[in-house]
Amino acid sequence: MNHGTIERNGSLLLVLSLLVVAIGGLVEIAPLFYLENTIEKVKGVRPYSPLELMGQNIYKREGCNLCHSQMIRPFKDEVERYGHYSLAAESMYDHPFLWGSKRTGPDLARVGGRYSDEWHREHMKAPRNLVPESVMPGYPFLMQPLKVHDIQAHLKVNKLLGVPYTKDQIDNAAVDLVSQANPDSDGAEDVEARYPKALVRDFDGKPETLTEMDALIAYLQVLGTMVDFSTYDAKANLR
Amino acid sequence: MDPISTIAAAAATLLAIILALYSSAQAHDTVFAVHMMIFAIAGGLTLFFLIRNCSFTTVKATGPQMYNDSIVRYGIIATLFWGIIGFAVGVLIASQLAFPALNFDLPWTNFGRLRPLHTSAVVFAFCGNALIATSFYVVQRTCRTPLAFGGLAWFVFWGYQLFIVLAATGYVLGSTQTKEYAEPEWHVDLWLTVVWVAYLIVFFFTLLRRREPHIYVANWFYLAFIVTVAMLHVVNGLAVPVSAFSSHSYAAFSGVQSALVQWWYGHNAVGFFLTAGFLGMMYYFVPKQANRPVYSYRLSIIHFWAVIFLYIWAGPHHLHYTALPDWAQNLGMVFSIMLWMPSWGGMINGLMTLSGAWDKLRTDPILRMMVASIAFYGMATFEGPLMSIKAVNSLSHYTDWTIGHVHSGALGWNALVSFGAIYFMVPKLWSRKELYSLKLVNWHFWTAMMGIVIYASSMWVSGIMQGLMWREYNSDGFLVYSFAETVVQMHPFYVLRAAGGLMFLIGGVIMIYNVWRTIRGEVKVDQPVSQIITVGA
Repeated sequence: MNHGTIERNGSLLLVLSLLVVAIGGLVEIAPLFYLENTIEKVKGVRPYSPLELMGQNIYKREGCNLCHSQMIRPFKDEVERYGHYSLAAESMYDHPFLWGSKRTGPDLARVGGRYSDEWHREHMKAPRNLVPESVMPGYPFLMQPLKVHDIQAHLKVNKLLGVPYTKDQIDNAAVDLVSQANPDSDGAEDVEARYPKALVRDFDGKPETLTEMDALIAYLQVLGTMVDFSTYDAKANLR
Repeated sequence: MDPISTIAAAAATLLAIILALYSSAQAHDTVFAVHMMIFAIAGGLTLFFLIRNCSFTTVKATGPQMYNDSIVRYGIIATLFWGIIGFAVGVLIASQLAFPALNFDLPWTNFGRLRPLHTSAVVFAFCGNALIATSFYVVQRTCRTPLAFGGLAWFVFWGYQLFIVLAATGYVLGSTQTKEYAEPEWHVDLWLTVVWVAYLIVFFFTLLRRREPHIYVANWFYLAFIVTVAMLHVVNGLAVPVSAFSSHSYAAFSGVQSALVQWWYGHNAVGFFLTAGFLGMMYYFVPKQANRPVYSYRLSIIHFWAVIFLYIWAGPHHLHYTALPDWAQNLGMVFSIMLWMPSWGGMINGLMTLSGAWDKLRTDPILRMMVASIAFYGMATFEGPLMSIKAVNSLSHYTDWTIGHVHSGALGWNALVSFGAIYFMVPKLWSRKELYSLKLVNWHFWTAMMGIVIYASSMWVSGIMQGLMWREYNSDGFLVYSFAETVVQMHPFYVLRAAGGLMFLIGGVIMIYNVWRTIRGEVKVDQPVSQIITVGA
């Protein structure tokens, strides 16, 4: 076909351009939704508890992902520095992914359990008090009360998008949200039952209020701790 | 506008205002309440101007005035305005990384919220307005017809400014989807979709009404840019809001799938927003300023189809060595390397357009700016494929090298070619004989150039240095540096980077002064130094 034909026909130019730009994306993206080996077979990864989910939302709100990655690459130095390389399964309930693209600060994919709650709290309030070299902004304002309009709606939307929240988890979302940061409450044990390995404690040292700090630390402390690596067969999951 | 369309438009606006006020009252969070209020205010302003501009007599435009140039003039002013804001916020956040006290530990001023403000202000507000303004300028002249649907074109312009205001206020208040360069929440995304479809309609129907048999090459690129960005924006923006009155949403895709969809979007925001659209600019303004035809027609054809086909595949190179399956990473790498060839084909086509006119580089700082931008396009499109090689990427990823690469593209290519186009258009659009001062253009050129060079080289050094420090082992087999120790080493380069950015900002201020004096119709008389001395003696 003579290119002049396309140049004289605006509609043809539009349709052909759209076809040409559609191909690459279709070939690369579509298989990820049906190839079974895209996400590794491994046990332990569960949906976030209501408090952890709200913590992740604060992580997103403050743009933490712009300076901290959550994706450990399979290199010797990274594995030694941060822990086992990240699996696709570990972020399968993150809508969207929070892998990041820049490490102005260290990777956080396995930060859970590395530091105490108190360390996180003080570090968030004034980072250079604990790490003098740090260039991280301070977040003292996270000690404000956590405001959630309708926690059930958050879980329901996630369920709609494929996160396997149970009816039990959705029905009790409001209680679980508060109980996880209050180990003395009646609902504390239920949180652990509904969300295996969930940490139930007063994260921010301020037992009387549920703060944004509670939520964020609950989220950070669970990062990278869910996967049961004894059930992970690296060779079988080569992709 | 005639009374009937005015009444129809006013009724629709009124309905939108009522809906916005209702949503604002029902809002579940501050951001949504504020945004709906901004919608209502924008609607009120629209209503006011609709009624004020209603005309009962029909005016028939003739002659050169038939082009809708008023919208291009507004577009140029918007480009300059958002440009300065984007550069200034960039200087601020660069300084925050060097001196963290500048975060002030407040929610609205911390790096995490201001960084999307900077990227969006530069990419969408500055470059976006430059693209809309130049595309409207170019399409009318190369098709010898006014814009189709003049009223809709104004909706595109003002609707786009509204999008920018919504996005910017959202970021500062902490509303984000976190996906880089696609941060605005669902309600802002929906608004942008409406505006963008209107943009496509205006541009496409203007093409169809052309009084030239052929569609000029610049318009191929503009059309591909508009339609591809629509596709990318809609697919990557898919999300479900928590409620109809909440600003919060969850992205439709999760984990590895969302990662690839996002970088398919993200890389092609570069490929189509910052490349294809700007190539359209290059193909019109460089031949115009050099007063020479485009070097090769065949090369334009190959350049166009190869660039738009190959670019789409390159997204996975942002995800090397991640949990994305290897086959996708390798595919992304191969196509990224192939992309080098058509990119340089385009660069050659742009540079060789100066054949027979190279001497103008000595006397014409505007042309020099355009040529420098093409050189930066060539450099960035070489560096990109280089960084997409997995072995190189294992070092460069997560470091400042990427930031440096993006800025040689954005400052060197996008900003310089936009500046050149604006210097070209301003005297024509405001019917002035020439620019206020070419000497100031020269000053702008050199301050910007120094700024870019300082920026890019400091980021090369800090990026490669930090990448090497992270992986350095001592003879006992232990990692040598803690993360914090590598951060300390960044400090001098962060200071230098901020200084480079500041120089670029100063260049922008010089430009605004020059454009302002030109619009006022002034011309500066620059006497050669030799004459001044003679007069003095």
